[in-house]
Amino acid sequence: MIGVITMLRYTLNRFKWAIITLWAVITLTFIIMHTIPGNPFAKEGAMPPAVYENLQTHYGLDKPLLTQYGNYLLEVVQFDFGPSLKSSSISVNDYILKGFPVSLHLGAQALVIAVFFGLILGVVASLKRNKWPDYLSMVIAIVGISVPNFILATILINYFAIKWNIFPVATWATWQHTILPSIALSMMPLAFIARLMRTSMLEVMGQDYILTAKAKGLKRSGVIIKHAIRNALLPIITILGILTANIVTGSFIIERIFGIPGMGDMFVKGISNRDYPVILGSTIVYSAVLILLIFIVDVAYTLIDPRIKVTGEKK
Amino acid sequence: MKKSKFSVVALLMAIMLILAACNGGSKETSNEKEGGSGDSSKSKVLNVNNSSEPGSLHPANAQGTHESWILEHTFEGLTKKTEEGKIVPGSAESWKISEDGLTWTFKLKDGLKWSNGDPLTAHDFEYAWKYALKPETAADYAYQLYYLKGGEAYNSKKGKEEDVGVKATDDLTLEVTLEKPTPYFLDLTSFYTFYPIDKKVQEENPKWALDAKTHVSNGPFKLTEWKHKESLKIEKNENYYDKDKIKLDAVNFALIEDENTAWQMYQSGELDLAYPLPVDIQGQMVNSDDKEFKMGKELAVYYYNFNTEVKPFNNAKVRKALSMAIERQKITENVAQGGQKPAFGVIPPGIPDASGDFQENTGDLFKEDVTEAKKLLKEGLAEEGMKKLPDFSILYNTLDSHKKIAEAVQGMWRDNLGVEVTLENAEFQVKLDREKAGDFEISRAGWVGDYVDPMTFMLWETDGAYNDSGWSNKDYDNLLKEAKSTMDPKERMDALHKAEKVMIDEMPILPVYFYTKPYMVKSNVTGVYAPINAYPNFIYADKK
Repeated sequence: MIGVITMLRYTLNRFKWAIITLWAVITLTFIIMHTIPGNPFAKEGAMPPAVYENLQTHYGLDKPLLTQYGNYLLEVVQFDFGPSLKSSSISVNDYILKGFPVSLHLGAQALVIAVFFGLILGVVASLKRNKWPDYLSMVIAIVGISVPNFILATILINYFAIKWNIFPVATWATWQHTILPSIALSMMPLAFIARLMRTSMLEVMGQDYILTAKAKGLKRSGVIIKHAIRNALLPIITILGILTANIVTGSFIIERIFGIPGMGDMFVKGISNRDYPVILGSTIVYSAVLILLIFIVDVAYTLIDPRIKVTGEKK
Repeated sequence: MKKSKFSVVALLMAIMLILAACNGGSKETSNEKEGGSGDSSKSKVLNVNNSSEPGSLHPANAQGTHESWILEHTFEGLTKKTEEGKIVPGSAESWKISEDGLTWTFKLKDGLKWSNGDPLTAHDFEYAWKYALKPETAADYAYQLYYLKGGEAYNSKKGKEEDVGVKATDDLTLEVTLEKPTPYFLDLTSFYTFYPIDKKVQEENPKWALDAKTHVSNGPFKLTEWKHKESLKIEKNENYYDKDKIKLDAVNFALIEDENTAWQMYQSGELDLAYPLPVDIQGQMVNSDDKEFKMGKELAVYYYNFNTEVKPFNNAKVRKALSMAIERQKITENVAQGGQKPAFGVIPPGIPDASGDFQENTGDLFKEDVTEAKKLLKEGLAEEGMKKLPDFSILYNTLDSHKKIAEAVQGMWRDNLGVEVTLENAEFQVKLDREKAGDFEISRAGWVGDYVDPMTFMLWETDGAYNDSGWSNKDYDNLLKEAKSTMDPKERMDALHKAEKVMIDEMPILPVYFYTKPYMVKSNVTGVYAPINAYPNFIYADKK
């Protein structure tokens, strides 16, 4: 196994780069945000100048941009993302603290569904290659990839909520409310995993060691479970990090359709409202999540595949 | 190595499951069972959708309908409005207006109370209005109080608080001094910026409005629950003077942004009232005889701005030609589909005139006429020394319904005038910026009146804040001045009628239609009505 010290040094190094990346993200977002047209207080028709100035002063937007930037960095270091320009009742910190766990919950459920059913479909398809279970699995996979999740969501609501009355239409009150959005969100990754698993399984099944195992007289089920599936899982783990990031950050359409108080909707609305602190706050959180996931995947590689060494970073 | 491989997978899966389980477990299941039909044996709870998280439930800081709908049911101003739009006493019992229209004296009802039991006095009104005007409050709607003497000066840091024209002379008397005679001031006193706030509470806890626990109001309902981004709940206010007329025990507000989802919740019975409706549903309902479907009036007009500072749109004949060559009836029936009324003026129906309805008395200020339009276009272009229209486009903010209307107009101009226009969509913020900068030829706009008086639609004053067309006309300006200087209803309305006509004769904007307010209410709910300048009102609603 890898030495603890090497691991620690590697982690510290990665952490340093994570901070630099975050700083770059903040700076770029800040610049872009203030370059695009529009302002947070714009409405159809102009507002009286006095009202506009009072609002600018109230939120400190009348100060020079550089001062605003400096102040913002100081606040962020203290984990204070500032007030929302559109809501006096809830700060950006509140938004994130409230919204992120919800998005995470939704994403985690979707991911569990996707991994579980994706693997089953993939394995079944590979074992019954070119027979009806294979075709069925791949039809599901193609539908999952090609039908956008907002259409799927509408169809699910129409049948499961309105016609058959099994689940509620929307909101996020009880666990029943979480089922339909989780399914809608899971379809794309599910299809993805199923296809990847099928390919991976077929490849592994053609390997010499499988033949050896069979030749040794092992039971078919034993060969499949112990040797084939285990090895075929490797590429799935590789993409799991990216898929997780996609699910957690890419759920805003689903959140909007189902009226889920997550973070995705807040991000999209923040941009259309030009709610500067909300834009910055959510970008930072999303970036941090991505950086963390990429890090976890990298560490996972080194644990799984001894050929990849964390020490490889050093020249 | 094989072992560690598996432990990683197992670990990842375990983390996910734990995360899912943690969150799942902590959810409370205290939500009221969605009352479909018939299970409201004891408490009467109405379920509606507020579309969006309110930014603030403080009357001074409210910005739009997603706040005002809740405020209108939890607060009450000096006056309020009946189903027919008549202004009746609210917190005030009576009022007197001085001869010159500048001094208004309101007498409050005796024994009024806040939801926390505090007595409600004229001092609370004085305090609230001054609070909204205070520059530090940074209230969006502070300008609604500019009618008060010294109001604008105080808000723009040029005047002092004590010079603002509102004073409680005793606990029950509020004396208001205005900057100019304002006949529609009475209408304004039912607007939410004019609501009172509990002075004692505001001074003790400036954050009272941010939390349901500390929220204090004086209306028929009080706020009892506010789960941010999830839901709100208001319950009957036992301290309300007219509480015997309130039949609902509580109202739940969902916060669903997506119109289609809200509509589906209405269908499944999770909501009792659906507004706004998705466009295609409006279209289906308008032509059906569904008893749940209601059509309210709306104080708003949909129009296109001409940029009169760009050739050849500086020429009134060109503008009129374009306006006369579209078929509004087709647009409202086939495209907008909400039972809208084609607009041949800018002032929507539903505003009282000196006698009768202002819009009805006006009638149509122009006609659609393709032959005439062709002639005008030719003349206009000749006057500008042009042979044909240069490349121009319609700028609209990105939204499917605006796009469809723009496409319809594009087709009509092509068929009727042989004119090609391109369509250009931009994000709302970008559109606003370009309008301000004059970077457009034709742009889509809509205007919702702030109060029920034709004056709120008189936006085209020279250099007026809302005049994006850049149009300027002395007669129009003078007529508005005339209307603003008199309290005599007849004289005033005459001037406003003339002003509208002067404007439409020059057509700096192209009116398309007057909005409507289509909404749906379940048949077991009665007493819901739609005031012209507000969301459907359910103060007096009942649910069986």
